[in-house]
Amino acid sequence: MAGFLATVDFSNPYFAVLVLLVIALAMSVGFVLLSQALGPKRYDRIKYGVYECGVDPITPAAVRVSVKFYLVAILFILFDLETTFLYPWAVLFRSLGWFGFIEMAVFVGILLVGLVYAWKKGALEWQ
Amino acid sequence: METVLFILFGAIAVCGAIMVVTRKHPMASALYLILTLFAVAALFVLRQAHFLAAIQVIIYAGAVVVLFIFVIMLINVPEDRLPVERATTMRVLGVLAAGFFILESAVLARRFWMPIGPVAEVGTVEAVGRALFTDYLLAFEITSVLLLAAVIGAIALAKRKI
Repeated sequence: MAGFLATVDFSNPYFAVLVLLVIALAMSVGFVLLSQALGPKRYDRIKYGVYECGVDPITPAAVRVSVKFYLVAILFILFDLETTFLYPWAVLFRSLGWFGFIEMAVFVGILLVGLVYAWKKGALEWQ
Repeated sequence: METVLFILFGAIAVCGAIMVVTRKHPMASALYLILTLFAVAALFVLRQAHFLAAIQVIIYAGAVVVLFIFVIMLINVPEDRLPVERATTMRVLGVLAAGFFILESAVLARRFWMPIGPVAEVGTVEAVGRALFTDYLLAFEITSVLLLAAVIGAIALAKRKI
């Protein structure tokens, strides 16, 4: 165990992520197991029903969603991709200077055309 | 420590992938796909590819699987109408052949085994950004044109009068 602990790099920033992951996993699994062990078990039709803030469900839980969501989802992915390019740019912003600023202005400018197009075509509206 | 984590996340990725193809309900498959993509992101972190890991979580696990889930919810096949896959002879043989292929690949890989030294700092956010904004500047700017084409294409298809 001591030999294993010697291989752990506590200064690595991802060590904190690992600790968070372990605690989150332990809490979620722990509470499910605890309520399983301690809670009363009375299973009937109502207990198996869908929970809707205590009101009886009026429709099945699996309803068909509108195709309009799909366009929103596609636009979200595309602009999400644009945003991911901003992360390394932001990290390097100072060392890149004005050159980097103009680079990113061109990049965002081209994508701004896409946003204006989406806006004008009414893709952001819900009709 | 790294070896333990590699085996742990590798096992999660493989088990998740098996669950993706064996689940009956597509929604369960999609959720296991998220688990697999997360585990692969952890493997990227172990190889010091921090930027790739972040992209994996934000784009793949975050956005792409959301699109999958939208399609599943849109088609919304009722529980009792889901197709049941049967284990035909061809499928069993296919799985066996895949197993042998993986085994032989492992044997071959062991022959050409070379220990990997300490990973160079090429996968950090700074390194990726520096490459992107200097050497691959043209590719980076063209990416925006590609994304623009995707935006216009998606809207043109979705807003078409039927």
